[in-house]
Amino acid sequence: MSEHPTTYVPKSAFGKWFESRLPIAGLIHSSFIAFPVPRNLTYFWTFGAILVFMLVSQIVTGVFLAMYYTPNATMAFQSVEHIMRDVNYGWLIRYLHANGASMFFVAVYVHIFRNFYYGSYKAPREVLYILGVIIFLLMMATAFMGYVLPWGQMSFWGATVITNLFSAIPVVGDTIVSYLWGGYSVGNPTLNRFFSLHYLLPFMIAGVVILHIWALHVPGQNNPTGIPIKSGKDAVPFTPYATIKDIFAVVVFMLFFAWWVFYIPNYLGHADNYIPANPAVTPAHIVPEWYFLPFYAILRAIPDKLGGVIAMISAILIWCFMPWLDTSKVRSTAYRPLYKQFFWLFVVVCVVLGWLGSRPAEGWYVIASQICTVYYFAHFLIVLPVLGFVERPLPLPNSILESVMGVQKGGAGIPAGANAEPHSKG
Amino acid sequence: MAETTTHVAEPTRRDFLYIATGAAAAVGGATLVWPFVQSLAPDAATVAAGAPVEVDLTPIAEGQIVKVFWRGKLIFIRHRTAEEIKSAQDVNVASLRDPQADADRVKEGKSQWLIVYGNCTHLGCVPLGQQGEYHGWFCPCHGSVFDTSGRVRGGPAPINLPIPPYSFASDTKIIIGQEATA
Repeated sequence: MSEHPTTYVPKSAFGKWFESRLPIAGLIHSSFIAFPVPRNLTYFWTFGAILVFMLVSQIVTGVFLAMYYTPNATMAFQSVEHIMRDVNYGWLIRYLHANGASMFFVAVYVHIFRNFYYGSYKAPREVLYILGVIIFLLMMATAFMGYVLPWGQMSFWGATVITNLFSAIPVVGDTIVSYLWGGYSVGNPTLNRFFSLHYLLPFMIAGVVILHIWALHVPGQNNPTGIPIKSGKDAVPFTPYATIKDIFAVVVFMLFFAWWVFYIPNYLGHADNYIPANPAVTPAHIVPEWYFLPFYAILRAIPDKLGGVIAMISAILIWCFMPWLDTSKVRSTAYRPLYKQFFWLFVVVCVVLGWLGSRPAEGWYVIASQICTVYYFAHFLIVLPVLGFVERPLPLPNSILESVMGVQKGGAGIPAGANAEPHSKG
Repeated sequence: MAETTTHVAEPTRRDFLYIATGAAAAVGGATLVWPFVQSLAPDAATVAAGAPVEVDLTPIAEGQIVKVFWRGKLIFIRHRTAEEIKSAQDVNVASLRDPQADADRVKEGKSQWLIVYGNCTHLGCVPLGQQGEYHGWFCPCHGSVFDTSGRVRGGPAPINLPIPPYSFASDTKIIIGQEATA
């Protein structure tokens, strides 16, 4: 389905005049209206739209916060409190932005694990997938720098710990760190440049998102069966089917988002960040935001500074090699009985790593982190390559239509009308 | 199709101009990156604020650790007890991760004064004084343990707490940021 149906014909004279000069209406029509969508998509496929919504939400709330925020080490903390207490609805905008970061990561993790489960990363979607990994890395950098801006204790010490990761680089590490700081320690220049970059990066994310969607529209979406669209009967048009379903999912997600914002807005934060930054005292227990915890656990599992940093970075970069590490020809885990068990084991290991990342680095927590870290990498380096050879997948359906409607005798059982107007069931 | 270029096997003057222009653009572009990267380095005001500082040791009681700042970096000044000095000296240096004798970490004849940077060499947290197995420091972030000489004895920290440049101006006064001129 690499060719979009270009059936768009402008109706008005102005439309024709404009389309012959800038064919954007035709692009929108072929990408978001007539674009063929597999008819069997589940709600797991609505998270892309939810992520676009979260990116827009973060940019809008962030632009308004930047109107009041002061990126100066002596004034940043107070300006955030000023937003909370004095600015009209400042509390709402800041809580939307702070919790929005967490919601963004909730959605992106569902999106990433959906991709893992249904093998969306496999050919021909490797570039699409790697662009997604790049977006995730940009999100992590943006979220980290955003967390520094309130200049509380967790902001300051989070910035110190993370920037010091670069000092592990042999020879040039210390120079790199002083260039990151703009000084001899985390201070005002650091805060200033983090604010600048925190404002810039979301627009870079938006740029890569456009490439991500572009790359998606070449092979089209994967689906729960993992088999491609073979005929028009396997697909429904993007509008109204996917559009309405995406909007509905976004609204449900907004309810979930609102519950955090209005009922427990500080649950995902840390009380220590309401204490102004103090370079002489480290909080008793430094933990990053929840969405970084599995990677933080991997960092601490290695009893060597450089080794820990390399392991943490590799934990994400290894994702880029998944299309080639996974040797199975079958995309969807629904037809891989053995891999299905390993997939869920991997999910459990990731959750346990997250929990361990929130624990102090002592006693058996360290040993458990080490075991989970070894398994994490073994999943990619051993399980994925080996299973492709030893596993016997279940028989795949002949088509998406068959997987939805059941096997029809001779394929003639479906009245033509049913295909012309398919039901919108996911 | 109209013939717009004549293909010749020999390099022409135009080929030379292409390559020369391209090379100049590449070098010029690369050169322009330099000021932007350098602008990220500590600026002149920050460097100027990093001048040496004097610290009066008189009010620091035996057994006490005092925190001072130099160049925005935390420095511990520890007035060590006789027992702490002894435990720092009675160590098999070869068994250490970052082998260094206690005598090399203090000024001669001033072994009661230990002056070290106050950020853990792992990821920069502030270790807690008089804690941990060796009653030196213990880092609450990732569990690094330091002895009463500030040497790493456990945990992920790769090296000992570094010694800042300093010198004794008198028996009760040190200048941090300035080594004694011999």
